[in-house]
Amino acid sequence: MRTLIFRTVAPYLTSLMVLFSIFVLLRGHNEPGGGFIGGLIAASAFAIYGIACGVAPVRRSLYFHPMAISGAGLLISALSGLFSMMFGVPFLTGLWAKLEFGGLALDLSTVLFFDIGVYLVVVGSITSIALALEEREHA
Amino acid sequence: MAADGQWLTFLALILPFLGAAVAPLLTRMMGANAAWILALLPLYLFIHFLGFLGAVADGGTVSGGYAWIESLDISFSWFIDGLSLTFALLITGIGTLIVLYAGGYLKGHPMQGRFFSFILMFMGAMQGLVIADSFFALFVFWELTSITSFLLIGFDHVREASRRAALQALVVTGLGGLSLLAGLLVIWGATGENSLSGLLASGSALRDAPLYMAALLLILGGAFTKSAQFPFHFWLPNAMEAPTPVSAYLHSATMVKAGVYLLMRLNPVLGETLAWETILPVFGGTTLIVGTLLAVRQTDLKLMLAYTTVASLGLLVMLTGFGSEKAVEAAVLYLIAHSMFKGALFMVAGLIDHEAGTRDVTKLGGLRSAMPITFAAAVLAAFSMGGLPPFFGFLAKEEIYYGLWTGDGWGLLLTLVALVGNGLMFAIGFAVALKPFLGEKVETPKHAHEGPVLLWLGPLVLASLGLLTAIFSATSHFFLTSPMASAVAGVPVEATISVVPHIGLALFLSLLTVAFGIGAYMLIDRLRGGMVSLLNAIGWGPDKGFDQFVSGSVKASGAITRVIQNGRLDYYTTATFIALALALIVPMVMFGELPAMPKWPDLPFYEWAILAIAFIGLGAILHARDRLTAIVSLGIQGFAVAVLFMLLGAPDLSFTQFMVETLSVVILALVMTRLRLSPADHRPGREKAIDISVAALCGGALALLLLKITQLPFNPYLSEFFAENARVIAHGRNIVNVIIVDFRGVDTLGEIGVVMVAGLAILALVRIRSGKRIPAPAQGEK
Repeated sequence: MRTLIFRTVAPYLTSLMVLFSIFVLLRGHNEPGGGFIGGLIAASAFAIYGIACGVAPVRRSLYFHPMAISGAGLLISALSGLFSMMFGVPFLTGLWAKLEFGGLALDLSTVLFFDIGVYLVVVGSITSIALALEEREHA
Repeated sequence: MAADGQWLTFLALILPFLGAAVAPLLTRMMGANAAWILALLPLYLFIHFLGFLGAVADGGTVSGGYAWIESLDISFSWFIDGLSLTFALLITGIGTLIVLYAGGYLKGHPMQGRFFSFILMFMGAMQGLVIADSFFALFVFWELTSITSFLLIGFDHVREASRRAALQALVVTGLGGLSLLAGLLVIWGATGENSLSGLLASGSALRDAPLYMAALLLILGGAFTKSAQFPFHFWLPNAMEAPTPVSAYLHSATMVKAGVYLLMRLNPVLGETLAWETILPVFGGTTLIVGTLLAVRQTDLKLMLAYTTVASLGLLVMLTGFGSEKAVEAAVLYLIAHSMFKGALFMVAGLIDHEAGTRDVTKLGGLRSAMPITFAAAVLAAFSMGGLPPFFGFLAKEEIYYGLWTGDGWGLLLTLVALVGNGLMFAIGFAVALKPFLGEKVETPKHAHEGPVLLWLGPLVLASLGLLTAIFSATSHFFLTSPMASAVAGVPVEATISVVPHIGLALFLSLLTVAFGIGAYMLIDRLRGGMVSLLNAIGWGPDKGFDQFVSGSVKASGAITRVIQNGRLDYYTTATFIALALALIVPMVMFGELPAMPKWPDLPFYEWAILAIAFIGLGAILHARDRLTAIVSLGIQGFAVAVLFMLLGAPDLSFTQFMVETLSVVILALVMTRLRLSPADHRPGREKAIDISVAALCGGALALLLLKITQLPFNPYLSEFFAENARVIAHGRNIVNVIIVDFRGVDTLGEIGVVMVAGLAILALVRIRSGKRIPAPAQGEK
């Protein structure tokens, strides 16, 4: 599978897919997409990179262990739910804030952070499984 | 009551736990002298509870509490009447003396701080148990006493006997705790009350409920295990592995009385039925006789006392269940008397062990001149235990005979049981209190002399109290006995008995008991020999039964595990899929819920085309020569379904389906190459046939289920709710995503938790199978 063409294209393909996955994640609230799908896209991106160029470069570029990414995601999701405690509303109630940058309005919410957490959990878990399996292939 | 008073009682409830937190630090700084400071804590609690005496003696109750889990109607509340108050005073009062005693007993022990911590935790749990009002507070504290008792019995954890005894106590009382929980839930269901005060106010609602018998048996399961009733008595003598302060406190004065407390507490609502008045006296009476007979057999001072404790608990249960107000009053008197004299005698036994180096009664003698204060305490306590005037035990024994002697055969039988039991207890009490001190001086492992003040203060105070409370019997009745007996009986009861002997049947029976006791004391060595040979002849007891039960469970679960978890993946998957198919088909067939034959669908041609692609994918799997082709063909079918989702207006679902299909093909292919399976499938025909039929069954069952679901009328409530509110409440146009991250966020949180745990598990499995060992770093290498 590690042909020259594949190896040359894979980094570009992976970056594009990761970028796309973030796009899918962020638009999820209003258009098809969201943390789960975004996470799956990013995970397949890393899996492709791993198949093409070997596991070591993927691990290097991820910097963190994928399972740690997954754990951070779970933590972010849970914390985003706890945020509601400060306002005396039940756990995981969505809270919204409107930010304005000179005429540009941006809606921020705890729900978005929750979705980012979902994204990270999916990326982390699936990537670590895929990488572990690929690693053994090249062992 | 006033809000600040409520706050104080709450503080009293948590104070022992706070004390437990600082005890190790304090002990590290001050050594055994920390006991003087730590004892102030139970002393403060004792004084706090003394403050309620007046209100409770006037027939009032003190209650308070906080909401705990409002949505389930569960509160954290307490309620103090005569019964709780007497228990609370015993727990904190004796607790004060025990903390001091432990300071002397474990002086210089490296883990003394930990011991203080455990014993304070236990005190908090026990005190919470007796003043808890809501069922859940009661249950939580009940379990806490089991757990802290486990820690205390196993305190000397390097010895196997301690560990076994601790585990045994935990298993027996823990099982009882579950039984209690079930019983409380049944009562809640039957009466709608989930607090003791509410239940007591509900009158005979519980007795008339159809579930009365179930509730009774479950509650008895909790009470009998905790209070060591035959045949669950065996854990209590084994618990004597604990340091003596523990035996004196938990296993005589307080924790083992929790079961009796529960029975007394529920007597007004559970009692006065035939079942109650039969089961309790039968089990209590049996326990009394068995306990005293086994006590005769022992030579270890602590074990002698332990078995008489079992017997005393039996007597208490018998009296509680007898059903007359006099008997209840007798139980109350005996309970108070027992806590004082038994606590004192245990501490005396520990003191002798501590100073002389042995507690074998046959190896002790002539200590009276070396340990005069201990001797005095022992004799005072033994007089109370033997029921001699003018001690509190005398009042209790008189009242026992008054209460039991009803003139009919049942009363006569129980009177006889009480007489034999009391007589033997008299003999054993004096054997413990006199044998080590009288007679020739015997050479002991340690040169015996009087212990420090920390050690003899507790037993002396408790034993003297047995005298004082009896002499000022009017006061003790007014503040303790009458309120407590009234709470147990459910109607006002006035205790009047005093130390002045009144000529009558009870006095005659008392004299008979004393005569029998003196006879037994004289013959105790011969009786012991007889019991030893009798028990050897039987050769089996519940203690052995417990071991057999444990090893039997281990063997049985081993056998079951070998069958169910044989380690072959194909068995697991086959079993799982057969179970799935049966779970789907059997209910459908049994309840006649099979779907109607659907009519031929009217689809546009491109949808037919996609369906055809899915079928081609399936055909390709079946015809594939090698496994890799089959896996990729699986993807064809998955993509076709994803396209269908897209056409039917579920872009999110379709999107996800695409990604999942892609990833599962990739991961399956990776696993395949990793497992080094042969490229082609070589299953023999028979195995193939089984697999094919299981697969067909599962697929068919799922298809039937889906057909049935689509044929049922569709309830649009939820989808309409989400469609209407996604934009308004959750500010999102993508309903699917809004549901996932907002409306059902807790679900999603759980799911990502599962994803992560599954990931971790798979990672671990992959690592194990790779058989790679991480090389140990070589020494001295940089």
